[in-house]
Amino acid sequence: MDFINAILVLLNYTIIPALTYGSQLALGAIFVTLIYGILRFANFATGDMMSFGTMFAVLLTYYFQSLGINLGIFPTALITIPIATFMMILYMLSIDKFVFEYYRIKKSPPVQLAMVSVGVMFVTQAIIRIIIGPADRTFLDGEKFILKASEFKEMTGLNEGLTIKSTQAITIVITMIVVSIMFWFLNRTKTGTSMRAYSDNEDLALLSGIDPKKVVLITWVIAGILATIGGTLYGLDKSYRPFVYFNNMLPIFAAAIVGGIGNPFGAFLGGYVIAFAEIFLTYAYKKFFTYILPEALEPNSMMQILSTDYKFAVSFSILVIVLLFRPSGIFKGKTL
Amino acid sequence: MRQYTNVITAYLIMFTLIILVGIFQSWSIALTILNYCLISAVMTIGANIQWGYAGLINFGIMGYTALGGLAVVLVSVAPVGEAWRVGGLNMMICLGVIIGIVFSIRLTLKKIAKSKNRNYLIAAIIIIGILLLRLISAPAIENIEAVEPAKTGFLGGLGLPVLFSWIAGAFLAGGLAFVVGKVALGLRADYLAIATLLIAEIVVSIIKHEDWLARGVKNVIGLKRPAPYEINLQQSPWFIDLVEKFHSGKLALINSVSEKQEVLKQLVIDASSVYVKLCFTGLFLTVVIILLIVTQKALYSPWGRMMRAIRDNEEAAGAMGKNVVKQHLLIFILGSAIVGIAGAMMVTNDGLFTPGSYRPMRYTFVIWVMVIVGGTGNNFGAILGGFVVWFLWVEAAPIALFFINLFTAHLPETNEIRVHLINSAPYFRFLVIGTALLVIMRFRPQGILPEKIIKN
Repeated sequence: MDFINAILVLLNYTIIPALTYGSQLALGAIFVTLIYGILRFANFATGDMMSFGTMFAVLLTYYFQSLGINLGIFPTALITIPIATFMMILYMLSIDKFVFEYYRIKKSPPVQLAMVSVGVMFVTQAIIRIIIGPADRTFLDGEKFILKASEFKEMTGLNEGLTIKSTQAITIVITMIVVSIMFWFLNRTKTGTSMRAYSDNEDLALLSGIDPKKVVLITWVIAGILATIGGTLYGLDKSYRPFVYFNNMLPIFAAAIVGGIGNPFGAFLGGYVIAFAEIFLTYAYKKFFTYILPEALEPNSMMQILSTDYKFAVSFSILVIVLLFRPSGIFKGKTL
Repeated sequence: MRQYTNVITAYLIMFTLIILVGIFQSWSIALTILNYCLISAVMTIGANIQWGYAGLINFGIMGYTALGGLAVVLVSVAPVGEAWRVGGLNMMICLGVIIGIVFSIRLTLKKIAKSKNRNYLIAAIIIIGILLLRLISAPAIENIEAVEPAKTGFLGGLGLPVLFSWIAGAFLAGGLAFVVGKVALGLRADYLAIATLLIAEIVVSIIKHEDWLARGVKNVIGLKRPAPYEINLQQSPWFIDLVEKFHSGKLALINSVSEKQEVLKQLVIDASSVYVKLCFTGLFLTVVIILLIVTQKALYSPWGRMMRAIRDNEEAAGAMGKNVVKQHLLIFILGSAIVGIAGAMMVTNDGLFTPGSYRPMRYTFVIWVMVIVGGTGNNFGAILGGFVVWFLWVEAAPIALFFINLFTAHLPETNEIRVHLINSAPYFRFLVIGTALLVIMRFRPQGILPEKIIKN
């Protein structure tokens, strides 16, 4: 019995939150990796682009709520995602047209494109703050919990309850659907194959008649979908605040590099590696050990490896270690 | 002379702008802007010798700035005797343990051949070391933080004059740069950017959360100053005389004695704040000029030529027998040390250390915009970039407000769009800075004052 309780503690406070957070990071990391692999630059505007898409989801949610449209037990934000994604893609394509295209045609070095993306980051951040302001916003409605701790305790008669928030379930399910469609697209369709070819060797791809404009267009479309969905899911699960989105860029970069940049599947797994490491290393295991150890050995301290303040520092340290020992990432991306 | 015309024109325009702020807003604001411009200029000199001379991209400027600030606390604050008594010994032992870990790892790397076992051994050393550190430090930290938590709760510093901390800041930042450089300099440019950005985040999060070191997010206030305090100035007779002499024409117009006293008092208060800021301006200007002379000399020395050769073609420079790795590390340390000085200067200027305020936006990306806008590889350009961008950063909001009022003048006061725009005026600074960067990158990628190579 104690053993089941201990497992439940872990599930509740580490595994489920880590899966959720990992999914959100994974979507962002695939976005980074796609841009890096195909457009060949590190996009420092990642966090703010996700924030931009989410902003539309938030505003549309408020608008739909004022009209009285909702999805019953599901959050209203789910119907706003397609429209928000569309706006996001339009924004990305216009930025590409006015800013990035020039440098791509000139074949500028990646560093220059990265600096340009810093400019895009500033501008995007300004637009977001002018439109929606820097405040913290929640836009979750509908049913909050799928399974409440008290219901679970009643059902099973255990000491520990299992809580599953609806946003956690929605995040994990939607991520799985989006990512599987994306991998199917990249690996099985002709356009996807041409994108991978372009990423592997641009000259050979051009030689075999792949249209670079089409590849770039599709890349931004996929990036827009990933950014908006990833951002909106994060906002639903926590809350929407532009500054936090800017900061999220850092663990997302860490996930993309740990997974091997330019490798979408690596980035997907990298998101979970970062999320699990962050949460496992900063969780206080006292309760867990109280259940599984005999009474005499019960711990006095919090049994915490690192204080939760160092959550971000954990992911960055992992990144530094990976860069030191396996610079191409755990799952072999492009060589650095 | 002709080759310097554009430099002189650019600087004249910049100083005219600052003087205009003095006339239209107030001299105190103008001097604050000037002081921050000078601090930014020191940072851009640091970033410029890394990026402009050697082509190294360092997005970790925030971390070095924070370390410079930390140096001010560690050097100038008086030591907290009580805290040292309850936990000082343990913390010193911890320092010893850290040194022990580093040396034992170095020894393992040197003595044992590369193998799986060696990696396990290193991992074991680190894990045991960290456990030992936690065991020794945990009770000490608790004791230290319990010493008057509202006022101290940290070990304090050395109690030395604050100007020493500028040098200490350079050494702290240079030390970090040595470690980072050893780890990350082999990476390709954009990875180096990401790695340095993340390492800086780690540094700042350590400063933020290790309260025993510098009170963390509880901030350290009331730091020492290399300039006199306003309150003392207002009471010293020589200063009042000076102000009286300066404004004698204006004061002569006032007839009643009591009114005259009142006006003089107000003038003295204003003048004292201007005087203090001028003292800082003098100090900062000295630092900027010294750094400018040194970097300028270095740029046109054989060493500067070698750095440019390495930047332009690493392989060719390597083939000529130049030690690329060593030179990269050296310039990375030098640039970061200069940024450390700037961090210490800034905290000295503010008189308080707020670790929570170190954010990558303000302390990394804005500085980079300065370097790119001003002109990479040209010290005059980098300094000008510091001035221009900081000026824009501060004045963007008032200017935006002016334009919003102008364009929405026909709308009623309570119009929703107008109110919303007026409230979001501060965010126009991001728009201005971002647009400036994009425009410069597109139409003048070498910056306002491009790099000039003098051949003799």
